[in-house]
Amino acid sequence: MLLDTRQSLETPEGALLPLTPAGFGVRVLAQLLDILIRYGIVTVIFIVLSLLGRMGTGIALILAFLLEWFYPVYFEVSRQGRTPGKKWMGIRVVNDDGTPITFGPSLLRNLLRFVDFLPMLYLTGIIASLCNRQFKRLGDLAAGSMVIYEAPPTREPSFEVRGQLPVPADFSTDEQRALLAFAERSKYLSAERQSELATILLPVIGSKDPVIAIKQMANTMVGKQ
Amino acid sequence: MKQGQFEQLYQPLWHVMELEIIELEKPDGRLKGNELASFASRYRRLCHFHALAKDRHYSSHLVDKLGDLVVRGHQQLYRRKQPFMQQFTSFIVAGFPRLVREQQRYIWWATALLYVPGLLMFLAILWQPDLVYTVTAPEQVSSFESMYDPENRTLGSARESDTNVQMFGFYISNNISVAFRTFASGIVFGVGSIFFLIYNGLLMGAVAGHLTNAEFTQTFFSFVVGHGSFELTAICIAGAAGLKLGYALLAPGNLTRKESLKRASLVAIQLVYGVIIMLVIAAFIEAFWSSNNILMPWQKYLVGGFLWALVIGYLVFSGRSLRGEGGEG
Repeated sequence: MLLDTRQSLETPEGALLPLTPAGFGVRVLAQLLDILIRYGIVTVIFIVLSLLGRMGTGIALILAFLLEWFYPVYFEVSRQGRTPGKKWMGIRVVNDDGTPITFGPSLLRNLLRFVDFLPMLYLTGIIASLCNRQFKRLGDLAAGSMVIYEAPPTREPSFEVRGQLPVPADFSTDEQRALLAFAERSKYLSAERQSELATILLPVIGSKDPVIAIKQMANTMVGKQ
Repeated sequence: MKQGQFEQLYQPLWHVMELEIIELEKPDGRLKGNELASFASRYRRLCHFHALAKDRHYSSHLVDKLGDLVVRGHQQLYRRKQPFMQQFTSFIVAGFPRLVREQQRYIWWATALLYVPGLLMFLAILWQPDLVYTVTAPEQVSSFESMYDPENRTLGSARESDTNVQMFGFYISNNISVAFRTFASGIVFGVGSIFFLIYNGLLMGAVAGHLTNAEFTQTFFSFVVGHGSFELTAICIAGAAGLKLGYALLAPGNLTRKESLKRASLVAIQLVYGVIIMLVIAAFIEAFWSSNNILMPWQKYLVGGFLWALVIGYLVFSGRSLRGEGGEG
């Protein structure tokens, strides 16, 4: 059983896409970064172009307008749904059928950003995103888009233990998965925490060192030596 | 099959797949010939491996890794790329005016919401001049007065070309932002669009009425008649697109509200594309033609009339086929 926000989407191939919707916290941070970048660029544009007099101001106004409304659209469409801020935070926008975002939906969700911002600081968007399981703000609801986490790059886990040990025959599949998950996550746990967790199983396993025993069972399941 | 065996057997396959996906994810990355032709079938095998790994309860590390590849491969396989220019031209020639005719119910409502309050305000101010201060601040009123004062020739011949560029930039950023807000706020059950349409109508009527009282009619109307054709029509269409969103939420019919909103939005956003194009044209006319004081007022009225006929004719007739199908709105 998973107590997380992951959603499965079925594709035409019959595969289930595991997507993890991103909540407003990380999205607000990404938006903050984007705002900083945008305002930085706008400031530079105005300083440089104001040297050109009124013609420069006119061009600067147009560029500032384009940056305000089309900066996110440009990056979302041409960079796989990632604005620089989103890329930094490890999230991206996709259509809610899992396909890459296209121009229409991207423009729509970014125009409706104006309403999501109301009455202040994205209050409407935050409330809307708390009311549905994909954390969609109003713009996402209308455009049929959603923001998801990128899967972090995974590294080959090593159980740091050699040898195999048979898994008790009466372990259910879920229980076997739990053993395997323990072995995989063990490098993120201190030695003390590992043995604390493993000792819970002591009566069942009946081994002298339950940590090593569990890892050896994991080896058996995976088929490693 | 044990997980280790499974990995050993098929790892090369999904490693190749991963490299291809990384290549495709680059901004201008592409695959060649054979690789491209077999991408879809290899992607299906990848889905198969992922399903197997999950079903056999292999370790979550392997399942997650394959799952990540499936998601990324899916993104690449279902990417849409279409020739932009061709789509753009056919949208302008036929798509947009057809859409406007199809959605004319909303267009008429938006037009009424803009012009009726505007006209009422105009007449009210002719009758009671002080009413202008109900919608605008006194400073704004006096700035309008000085702008259109025939004695005051800041507007026009003395203006140099770089000022025109500056004003062009201002009109682009200001007017299109107004249109975007008019559209977007329609999602609040239409209330926002209605508010912006009425408010802009009142403002327009107030300024026109006040300047008529001040007897600056010549400078004012000859200034606005040209770009008004594109600008006011575009604002109406933006408001109509917003009303469509609001109506989809209020009366979703047999659909859920979410689905109804989604479908209405897909149509509405296309109206917004047209609005953007029209407002760019309007800003161009406003900055480089309307502001030109060398021209006589009658020339401006003539061209303005022509532009109004052009906009209306375009929206009513363009994109109808000769046999009459597809275009009747």
